[in-house]
Amino acid sequence: MARVFARLGAAFLGTLGAAAALPAMAQAQGEVIGAPQPWATGWRPSGGPIMDRIASFNDLVFWIIVGITLFVLALLVWVVWRYRASANPNPSRTSHNTTLEIVWTVIPVLILFVIAVPSFELIYYQDRARDADLTIGVEGRQWYWHYRFPDHGGFTFDSFPLAAEDLRPGQFRNLEVDNQLVIPVGANVRVLTTGVDVIHSFFVPSLGVQRYTIPGRTLETWVRADRPGTYYGQCNQICGVNHWFMPIVVRAVPQADFDAWVEQARTRFAQGLPPLPVEQAVAAARGETTTASLRQ
Amino acid sequence: MSSATDAHHGQDAHHDHKPGFVARWLFSTNHKDIGTLYIIFSLVAAIVGVGISALMRLELQQPGMQIFADGQMWNAYVSAHGLIMVFFVIMPALIGGFGNWFVPIMIGAPDMAFPRLNNISFWLLVPAFLLLTASLFVGGGPGAGWTIYPPLSGRTGEVLYQTGPAMDMALFALHLAGASSILGAANFITTIFNMRAPGMTLHKMPLFVWSMLVTAFLLLLAVPVLGGAITMLITDRNFGTAFFDPAGGGDPVLFQHLFWFFGHPEVYIMILPAFGIISHVISTFSRKPVFGYLGMAYAMVAIGVVGFVVWAHHMYTSGIDVDTRAYFMAATMIIAVPTGIKIFSWIATMWGGSIEMKTPMLFAVGFIFLFTVGGVTGVVLANAGITQVLHNTYYVVAHFHYVLSLGAVFGIYAGIYYWIGKMSGRQYPEFWGKVHFWLTFVGVNMTFFPMHFLGTQGMPRRYPDYPDAMWGWNMVASVGSYIAIASFVVFFYVMWLTFRRGEQAAANPWGAGATTLEWRVSSPPPFHTFDELPRIR
Repeated sequence: MARVFARLGAAFLGTLGAAAALPAMAQAQGEVIGAPQPWATGWRPSGGPIMDRIASFNDLVFWIIVGITLFVLALLVWVVWRYRASANPNPSRTSHNTTLEIVWTVIPVLILFVIAVPSFELIYYQDRARDADLTIGVEGRQWYWHYRFPDHGGFTFDSFPLAAEDLRPGQFRNLEVDNQLVIPVGANVRVLTTGVDVIHSFFVPSLGVQRYTIPGRTLETWVRADRPGTYYGQCNQICGVNHWFMPIVVRAVPQADFDAWVEQARTRFAQGLPPLPVEQAVAAARGETTTASLRQ
Repeated sequence: MSSATDAHHGQDAHHDHKPGFVARWLFSTNHKDIGTLYIIFSLVAAIVGVGISALMRLELQQPGMQIFADGQMWNAYVSAHGLIMVFFVIMPALIGGFGNWFVPIMIGAPDMAFPRLNNISFWLLVPAFLLLTASLFVGGGPGAGWTIYPPLSGRTGEVLYQTGPAMDMALFALHLAGASSILGAANFITTIFNMRAPGMTLHKMPLFVWSMLVTAFLLLLAVPVLGGAITMLITDRNFGTAFFDPAGGGDPVLFQHLFWFFGHPEVYIMILPAFGIISHVISTFSRKPVFGYLGMAYAMVAIGVVGFVVWAHHMYTSGIDVDTRAYFMAATMIIAVPTGIKIFSWIATMWGGSIEMKTPMLFAVGFIFLFTVGGVTGVVLANAGITQVLHNTYYVVAHFHYVLSLGAVFGIYAGIYYWIGKMSGRQYPEFWGKVHFWLTFVGVNMTFFPMHFLGTQGMPRRYPDYPDAMWGWNMVASVGSYIAIASFVVFFYVMWLTFRRGEQAAANPWGAGATTLEWRVSSPPPFHTFDELPRIR
């Protein structure tokens, strides 16, 4: 039963998604997967297994709630029409029906069981990475993000939003940053969030991840991108005057490109410089001369 | 002394003697007058709260910053909108207004147990509202959201994030409103337990009184927790403590626990009285007794009890342990069961009835459907797995506006149209009441339904500007909100018509379906409702 619903749901949402999808954007950003789309009514496209599972579980819940809502609506319309005063001038005096009352208590309980079982499975799956391939530290700051790679020599960098006037054609207003967070495709990434000033929330919808960044605490979660591309997110906890302008950009690239990016990021960190964009880092790694010139 | 007492008695003997204006409205001890004051206060606060939402929707109508100077100003207005609607519109209307007016009458009591306490409950609310409204014009305003999470509302080390007195003013406003609620709650509990007319057993009490009893207990147990939390926040801000400041060993998440231990019962405080009103309206206009009376009463008790043990479902992304999340998920979903009992019992009350779709009934039927929509999205949000991507998005905004802006507010409107004849002695014009309903229904749905889409697309709440792709549904929501605001203006027109040209209301304008005690006294009821206590068989 659940599977039928899930399949129906997937078909329905898929149609909506396709209708609303933008033409694929080929640009220096890599394929854009996780950006909002005009007039969309469903999720942003999923970039990994966590969002896949959220979406498929949501399909189940979605069809259950649509069913309940339509059922209640149908009952109301029927009752208001059938028992209107002109059609039924003499009201009944019935005010008890034990069987009925038991039925409408027990059936909701059963429905909740149908929802609860996969729901528990999902939260334990989402909770933390079993075999993390790497760890990243995420720190929300007023009003930018600070990323840390403790498994790769502990280099860090800041990720500031790009003002509208600095955008290149094809980039999204309010969503772009100067230094993107780069992760390898297919890797289980342990995410440790913390804060220094106020609470922010690290939220990347397409990757199905969200955690507060709370000063004085470290929270753990995980994320995996199975499709290479660019995923957008935004700070999702009120944090002051620029709450609306601290976007998150996660770039998922093949392992080799990630390694090249990490390599230059470490070197440049040691020199007090921010990391290069992935494309430049990969190009640099392929030709030593380019690397040398870039390092200037 | 004895002669003064005699004189006083002499005045009382004169039927329906009312004191002079100042004594009657400023020093009121009459539950009906205090109820009227609460309702007027609520409508005035609603003008401010709705006005702010008009500004917000104007800003969000298109991408970019149009009318707000910056994010801080936006945050302050968003916070004020939430706090005003919760503490100064919905609660005063439902609890102070209808509660004061009808709880004593429905249980056959001459007045509330503590009339002077009742008076101060109301008058604490006025300075609270003034403080909160004034805080918008002090410095940058209190821009920490209605949830006032520290450190944003407090400090880390030497850094104070909301500078100036605005935030402190808002916190003191909450203190005053909270004291008002606690005193009111004590008054209701005492009244309901001790002042029922002979024969009015608890199991014969009208459901509106049941709803107020449960609400009063929720207030009494939840609001002091908020009081403690904001006191600690005030001392963190001003007197060097560090309850919530990690730099001093404090814990920001502790505040979230305290806030939501109050905040979750608070949402039931706002909806339970509406449940009570809807039960009366449905029963009256179906000309049938409420179906499953005991089930309805104890469903509210169950909602109240379970409502105290689900608070951390507001904190799924705050890093609470996964097993704890599992518990709060299960507990939260259980609330759907008593809520379902209520929905189905209302429909069963209508089943077999003789239904007249007068304005109060339109609002009641609208309430059932829209509360169902808000309820089922609540079931979605109960699942921490899905909420990982819906937390703090517009999906949540849509959800709580469906249960409050469409649920509780429809309850208020249903109550006003149901009781306006009783309270004022003049009946509303049916045609304009229906116009008001349909405009409101279209407006609020058009405003809040698209927010589900924006939320699933990941639009965070409390954003004055958003990515361009989210323009479409925001535009629709803004247009919807203009319709809803127009309907609010129509509501005032309906009230004007009622008082200016309304027909004289009979003691019971609704016929055989209206069975509670308020329909046995004149419209409006005499200043002292009962010359002798009614007997209930």
